[in-house]
Amino acid sequence: MGRKLLLDKAHIEGIRYYDVYRKNGGYAAAEKVLKNMSPDQVTEEVKKSGLRGRGGAGFPTGLKWSFLAKPEGVPRYLVCNADESEPGTFKDRYLMEFLPHLLIEGLLISSFALGANRTYIYIRGEYAWIPDILEEAIKDAHKNGWLGKNIQGSGFDLDIYVQRGAGAYICGEETALIESLEGKRGNPRIKPPFPAVKGLWQCPTVVNNVETLAAVVPIINIGGDEYAKIGIGKSTGTKLISACGNLNKPGVYEIDMTISVEEFIYSEEYCGGIPDGKRLKACIPGGSSVPILPANLLLKTAKGEQRMMTYESLNDGGFPTGSMMGSGGFIVLDEDQCVVRHTLSLARFYHHESCGQCSPCREGTGWMKRVLQNIENGKGKMSDIDLLWDIQRKIEGNTICPLGDAAAWPVAAAIRHFRDEFEWHVNNPEEAQRHNFGLAHYADPLPVVAAAAAV
Amino acid sequence: MAFRGMQSFSTMAEEKKLFKVTIDNIPVEVEPGTTILNAARKIGGDVVPPAMCYYSKLQGSGGKCRTCLVKVSKGSDADPRPMPKLVASCRTTVMDGMEVANITSPEVLDARKGVVEFLLLNHPLDCPVCDQAGECDLQDLSYEHGTEATRYEFKRRTFEKIDIGDHIKLHMTRCILCYRCVFTADQLTNKREHGVLNRGEASEIGTYIKNSLDNDFIGNVIDVCPVGALTDRTARFKNRVWFLKPVDAHRDCDKCCGKTVLWMRGDEVFRVTARKDKYGEVEEFICDTCRFEKKEAKDWVVEGPRKVSRHSVISQGHYVGVHKPHETIREVMSGRDPKLLMNIHSVSEVNQPSVDLSKIDGPAHSTDFPKINGVQ
Ligand SMILES: Cc1cc2nc3c(=O)[nH]c(=O)nc-3n(C[C@H](O)[C@H](O)[C@H](O)COP(=O)(O)O)c2cc1C
Ligand code: SF4
Ligand code: SF4
Ligand code: FES
Repeated sequence: MGRKLLLDKAHIEGIRYYDVYRKNGGYAAAEKVLKNMSPDQVTEEVKKSGLRGRGGAGFPTGLKWSFLAKPEGVPRYLVCNADESEPGTFKDRYLMEFLPHLLIEGLLISSFALGANRTYIYIRGEYAWIPDILEEAIKDAHKNGWLGKNIQGSGFDLDIYVQRGAGAYICGEETALIESLEGKRGNPRIKPPFPAVKGLWQCPTVVNNVETLAAVVPIINIGGDEYAKIGIGKSTGTKLISACGNLNKPGVYEIDMTISVEEFIYSEEYCGGIPDGKRLKACIPGGSSVPILPANLLLKTAKGEQRMMTYESLNDGGFPTGSMMGSGGFIVLDEDQCVVRHTLSLARFYHHESCGQCSPCREGTGWMKRVLQNIENGKGKMSDIDLLWDIQRKIEGNTICPLGDAAAWPVAAAIRHFRDEFEWHVNNPEEAQRHNFGLAHYADPLPVVAAAAAV
Repeated sequence: MAFRGMQSFSTMAEEKKLFKVTIDNIPVEVEPGTTILNAARKIGGDVVPPAMCYYSKLQGSGGKCRTCLVKVSKGSDADPRPMPKLVASCRTTVMDGMEVANITSPEVLDARKGVVEFLLLNHPLDCPVCDQAGECDLQDLSYEHGTEATRYEFKRRTFEKIDIGDHIKLHMTRCILCYRCVFTADQLTNKREHGVLNRGEASEIGTYIKNSLDNDFIGNVIDVCPVGALTDRTARFKNRVWFLKPVDAHRDCDKCCGKTVLWMRGDEVFRVTARKDKYGEVEEFICDTCRFEKKEAKDWVVEGPRKVSRHSVISQGHYVGVHKPHETIREVMSGRDPKLLMNIHSVSEVNQPSVDLSKIDGPAHSTDFPKINGVQ
């Protein structure tokens, strides 16, 4: 059994409510911090833990906190990014629904470390029922002296506010989120300045993911060093993975980052394999923005090593043969799934969610979608595949925010690894309307030498 | 000794440290805080990246169109690492020792070509009927950086044309979403009532811009618009810019500087705009009274012809300082005079020999020929 730090008490009846949470060791970390620690000590502990941002980019959290500008007389803000809209990702929702006090305790500790007296939770508009859960938890925390003025006699003041978004993926990008929080149109800002210098209301701001902030609680409880012992290399601690697609047991799992991808998919402890004895064709291991991998490259790296569920191993091989941990949205495709259709549905998503500020993303996402639509509907040309490649290439890296990259990568990876399937669609337009390309050679073991040469 | 002392005194006064930057291997020294684009403009010429959204007079502008992307091959003397991605030169400030590649970088040219293609993807390409043609930044950009054919095979995005008030026409189909008009409305007028609606490809300029029409400066959105999305209804379809003669003029105005350009033919004022510099930016914003209501030559003190770049199509129609072609017809016909071809510019039997066409401002017009027996 892997170690659990976030969801270890999730099964306890009533853990959503203050009394049960408190009785089961809740707010012990907050108590420890407020009584015995200085803000810098908390940051130091988080640095030691090696915790990396769980929102997608995996940036070391302690380091991010230490970048926060601290000019005299200017308020600082902590913003919790609960916009979770990446297709395939639904881990933050689980945390907020079942363990709201864990998040609030995490926010309290983190706000204390950063010196923020007003903290915002920006929550995805579609999570319509969760703000109520959070508001109730905030009310109870207030009642019990964990929020408000002079918390537990420490002299530290904190208020937490919940703000609902209006259902835009782009508002998960931290500067768009800040704009939206300020009541403006959710357009990403042009950086620099970065939020650490000029964020919310032009004040220094840290934006962190829900899971990142919740993980601060066990880090304080067991100590940063102890936390860093879990996992492999720079992938420390535990990570929530939301698994979906063709799996026997889809759901949110907490893994310590020591298991292999194969174990995660097939073991009974986790996803329990693929239904109906179907074979694995492909997988997007970290949410819709990260490159899709065919089964053979998913389970083994190009070097022939077992691929592990860690930041480094998932990224092994870079873009040519690897992928990313991303936000932990693990999407599995079995042999009956069509990669072309799948890519189209992602392209449709990014086209719909582009904010439209910069030309490559505004125009390119729609173009890719339409070309993919043609291929999928049997109206594609061979040159369309190269065209798609060229469009994604001209979007990637040339936009204001990473949404452009996120729109380009899935298309690039699909063509890179599944070109045969695209070509088959073009050459057999009628057949492609009736059935799928199937598994083809995508699960065949890669000859190690050839694979290494491909890098 | 006194001389020496004076020298060191003057160097102390100039102690403001300048940053040394090279752009396409051309060195330039600029003040800290200068953007790469403005450093390039200081050098001038071909190394200046095209800018479709940046506007020095509008705070917060730039960063959106991505035509000004450049490569930073060396970050600074202190940190020589190159920047991992191309950067928007209009929003990236220089560092001491920075090395930038614009037209010397194939990567930049390739990316720019991509951006131009994206900008034109949904553009109607209706230049033949567009009032902006001839003074359109997008037209210039696509001539310089674009390809002849589009690879886009789908229906282009269209919008209804809207009159936003008596004076301004919004033709959203042509808009490239540079946000300049949004910043203009926001920064020149008191109330922010104008913005972008919807998202992504469906974004459009908010038509509640109507509300801000009762202020005195909204007409400036026409001048800042790089394309023909916002045009002057009082001048629409009246004439081609290259048939008009731009002259600098001024009047006493209690609302603005009163310094404008009149676009004239003969004594007729077709259009009034602000004066624009060589980057297409207005020198000073003007008020709506000057722009829309002073359409008589007598309202203005004309200063003289406006200098427009020789390369601009606007200079094509002026017939001033006509150059004799090197190869005359007689020459190419080995000394023989043409029998059928006529030099219609000096003695035209078809029109009237009594009218010297070279004396007319702009191309000849029916009214330039006095009617004889009711027949022109
Ligand atoms: C288009 C886009 C959408 C994003 N959506 C989310 C999101 O829903 N939740 C999230 O935590 N981070 C999201 N991010 C990442 C945030 O910008 C930011 O990096 C993150 O909140 C930082 O938190 P962390 O350091 O704790 O990971 C998104 C980024 C982009 C570019
Ligand atoms: S990349 Fe897309 S989402 Fe990001 S700023 Fe540009 S248009 Fe908006
Ligand atoms: S209407 Fe003109 S100025 Fe306004 S955003 Fe569009 S192109 Fe830019
Ligand atoms: S001018 Fe720099 S991005 Fe538009």
